[in-house]
Amino acid sequence: MNIASTSTGGSMSAQVAQSFGRCAYFIIADTDNIKDFEPIQNSAASAAGGAGPQAAKIINEKGAKILLTSKVGPNAEGALKEYGIKAVEGISGKVKDAIEEYVNK
Amino acid sequence: MKKIAVASGKGGTGKSTVSLLFALILSEDYRVKLIDCDVEEPNCHLFLEGPVKKQEPVKIFSPGFDLNKCTRCKKCEEVCEFNALVVTEKKILHFPELCHNCKGCLIVCPVGAVSDSYRVSGIVYDKSIDKKLSLRYAEQNIGEAKASPLIEAIKKDIQKDVQIVIYDSPPGAGCSMVETVNNADYVILIAEPTPFGLSDLKVTVEVLKKINVRTGLVINSSQKDNSILTDYASNIGLDILLNIPYSKEFAREYSRGIIVPDIFPGLKESVKELIKRL
Repeated sequence: MNIASTSTGGSMSAQVAQSFGRCAYFIIADTDNIKDFEPIQNSAASAAGGAGPQAAKIINEKGAKILLTSKVGPNAEGALKEYGIKAVEGISGKVKDAIEEYVNK
Repeated sequence: MKKIAVASGKGGTGKSTVSLLFALILSEDYRVKLIDCDVEEPNCHLFLEGPVKKQEPVKIFSPGFDLNKCTRCKKCEEVCEFNALVVTEKKILHFPELCHNCKGCLIVCPVGAVSDSYRVSGIVYDKSIDKKLSLRYAEQNIGEAKASPLIEAIKKDIQKDVQIVIYDSPPGAGCSMVETVNNADYVILIAEPTPFGLSDLKVTVEVLKKINVRTGLVINSSQKDNSILTDYASNIGLDILLNIPYSKEFAREYSRGIIVPDIFPGLKESVKELIKRL
């Protein structure tokens, strides 16, 4: 299963980004082997409007079923729900630590 | 028909005051229609008494979807510049607050699954003040995220015999202001001689430059030294049309919902002269 985290950069050592729709990167990792991860630039970050639903589309296309982030806006929340992606809010710190903690709990 | 918009970047600089002053003074000589384009917070109607006529509700496009016809080709999702649509296997999500009502989804759908549906965005009112002056204002429905469609609607269908239309703009330099000044022959900018006043004036001037409409400046709460505004205006070649001084007496009447143009000596004559130039 794939897990996504918002990220300030393109590596596991970057921080979990506060915004979902307008974060710089998503880190997509396989929960069975988190060393197998893919950083993707968030093209929704510069959207004129609707960055939240757009970002949900992006991580859905990458097969994510879980999203780790600080806060999800109301539009993104609706879209994530529709895609069947579980949003875990209130996450901060290093992306690697956040994903490991979630996977190992 | 002369169409004059009254705008400013900053809120509370005197747009409605100047709009009302101009409307009252000019309606002595012309047939005037004042349009309060601040549909989110209209206030001109508080100062003018008269019978009110409710117009038809303003409807704006809001797509409907037939999920049985829809093939999930996602063409509507792709065309949407504002990401207002999310198409999934189970359903189509539409975010009305992101939607700009452009009908792109309706146009691109190859199977006719998108319907031409509407929702009401607000109500328009006409208030006739006297033989020569009437006011139009609107109340936007709670929850509507964008004022532009209602502002566009409120400016339509002006009686042919109206000689001067005054558009009182909402504050700011964004979509609502741009919609208000659209098609205006002249934009009167209002600013007070303060650093905030100057800063927001600059932003508005930059936006109006792109629209390429004639503009001039009215200095409100004018001081002995207005150089903060006059230096900027002379640098960029912005006409200064009028100075309206601060008046406690005017403010007192205003707070009671009364506009008294005569409090400012010579203002009537200046405005009547000025309108000939605009």
